[in-house]
Amino acid sequence: MKGKFLDAVLAAGREARSAVLATEIASGAQLYLDDHGFDGDLQLDDAGRETMRNALRSGRTSTIETAGGMVMIEAFAPARRCFVIGAVHIAQPLVPMLIATDYKPVVIDPRGAWATETRFPGVELTTEWPDEAMERLKPDRASAVVALTHDPKIDDPALIAALRSDCFYIGALGSRRTHAKRLERLAAAGFGENELSRIHGPIGLNIGAVSQAEIAVSIVGEITQVLHRGDG
Amino acid sequence: MSDTAEILDQAARWRADGKGVALATVVKTWGSSPRQPGAKLAVNDSGEFVGSVSGGCVEGAVIGEAQEAIKDGKPRLLDFGISDDQAWEVGLACGGKVAIFVERVE
Repeated sequence: MKGKFLDAVLAAGREARSAVLATEIASGAQLYLDDHGFDGDLQLDDAGRETMRNALRSGRTSTIETAGGMVMIEAFAPARRCFVIGAVHIAQPLVPMLIATDYKPVVIDPRGAWATETRFPGVELTTEWPDEAMERLKPDRASAVVALTHDPKIDDPALIAALRSDCFYIGALGSRRTHAKRLERLAAAGFGENELSRIHGPIGLNIGAVSQAEIAVSIVGEITQVLHRGDG
Repeated sequence: MSDTAEILDQAARWRADGKGVALATVVKTWGSSPRQPGAKLAVNDSGEFVGSVSGGCVEGAVIGEAQEAIKDGKPRLLDFGISDDQAWEVGLACGGKVAIFVERVE
């Protein structure tokens, strides 16, 4: 790998941008792509460049055959994040499960008594309101947002910010009735049916979860399913 | 990806310290394989490494080739076929086949 592409991939990752690197296996020649465009000396035809553009979106690594032999198309997706709204009991087992499955959790709860270092040791915590925190942290295509407080004052601004972002997963805790009311409020705030269908509610896979940790398993399971299989 | 970022970050630090560095990347897998395409290992010229490209069955050979690549600068593609029997003998339940690209960081 060319040193300048190594540096470019790392810089893109730090800024939550995607990058793609094509490497011709026989020669080691490379072509780099990020949102600023192409760079490098590997000659690729239109089909090859299209594969690179697709990888930039999908984050999938693959190989293609070209006149120069095999070319590896390697995608570097930004680090996955999960915005956890509510430093509640269920967030305590959820956060370590998110870390184990490669998400960087950010716990957001404006109620200072909940979002404490004692309850969430070593975790990024903020007592900003969710709309402020998410404006600052900017959820992207590699982000999931889970709303866990049951309190519309806290959950709704988070869901609104999530719906306005490209995040790949949105989930909200609460019964079917609670969720129906939530959808009414968000519809009144101007969101259409298609947009609201992005919200998974009640949150989590239907695995009969009872305890807080089991509910956390069902949430992480659902996020994983949407990440790898897409919605629907 | 956070995993890959850490490995590349270590490669960049070694490079900044003036060490020779090579990267090994899983290009393709067939059958059951513990690591997916894109999985990485970074090696320096003292043989220190971070990351993994298998469940541990081919790392030794990959690190050796990576050190050769640091010396001669030639990229190489390594093919490993791991039979279920071999996998059993080395105590790894991998099996399958894996192609690994090894290149020097220039």
